[in-house]
Amino acid sequence: MNQFVEWISQPWPWYVAGPMIGLTVPALLILGNKTFGISSSLRHICAACIPAGIPFFTYDWKKEIWNLLFVLGTAIGGFIAMNFLANPEAIVVSRATQADLIALGITDFTDLMPSEIFNWNAVFTGKGVLFFVVGGFLVGFGTRYAGGCTSGHAIMGISSLQWPSLVATIFFMLGGFFMTHLLLAPLMKLVAF
Amino acid sequence: MNSVEDPNCVAPNSSQTQDKGLALLKYVIIGIVFGIVFVKAEIISWFRIQEMFRLQSFHMYGVIGSAIVTGIVSIQLIKRLSIKSIHGEVINIPTKVFKKGQLIGGFIFGLGWAITGACPGPLFAQIGSGYTAVLVTLVSALVGTWVFGRFEKYFPN
Repeated sequence: MNQFVEWISQPWPWYVAGPMIGLTVPALLILGNKTFGISSSLRHICAACIPAGIPFFTYDWKKEIWNLLFVLGTAIGGFIAMNFLANPEAIVVSRATQADLIALGITDFTDLMPSEIFNWNAVFTGKGVLFFVVGGFLVGFGTRYAGGCTSGHAIMGISSLQWPSLVATIFFMLGGFFMTHLLLAPLMKLVAF
Repeated sequence: MNSVEDPNCVAPNSSQTQDKGLALLKYVIIGIVFGIVFVKAEIISWFRIQEMFRLQSFHMYGVIGSAIVTGIVSIQLIKRLSIKSIHGEVINIPTKVFKKGQLIGGFIFGLGWAITGACPGPLFAQIGSGYTAVLVTLVSALVGTWVFGRFEKYFPN
């Protein structure tokens, strides 16, 4: 039993995690004829809370409640993993990435998230505006405009061999490279990191 | 009111039978497994996303790549063996129609992904893991979604 706990507490390698995530696709199809996609949950929350007569949010969101229960489960899963299956060791971040991030002012590499950014004190500063408000807005706006995110397009869409999803995924990556290599450093400077 | 009929919707609901009550619990359970994997494989880590976009680690490429391979094999098996859902329905995978939004919106999402270090799935797992400040990101993502829906007709698509 102890050995099991020790084994499960280690960070899981990609070849375990990837197939498990991939299996979500047939699990949802077979158990409920549902298509895997997460960003749609954001749309359903808007439809449930503030539809404001907007056609895009006027539909029977209750029929899509499964999607909201799925993301609720994702949050519960995060809680379980962090509280009962957590890895006691510090995360191992690649040396090259550490060097790049140190140049941007990030110094703490012990947790899954940089502690300088992901705490409530940072929320009400320039850092918070960039990492929470601007970042979150771009994620919500962009995924809806693209009609999906990493799950709906990159995993579900490519898995069902749909080329528009491959195109979308390429543009996700292009946006990410553009931000990481060209915009992130000046933006972090701007918010006085 | 109709269901989501937008052919470009990511997670359309093809089910004829409506799950009710305890039957809905299965989605929570699949979500829980999904959330555990996100944390255990450190997919929720902002650092892992930075490594990915800096091409300094194979981890995230391995995760996404092997998830896609598993998905392709699963869907091919479902199609070729005509596997039905547990309700006996023919499994339907809606066609994604190409739109300009996949380029423009996709790029915009990518910009945000590199800042937040999270796509929508990991956002929920981060909040559950105790990074409660990410609730602000979630609210902001909801605002972004709402703004797109409100002004949809003004965006080329």
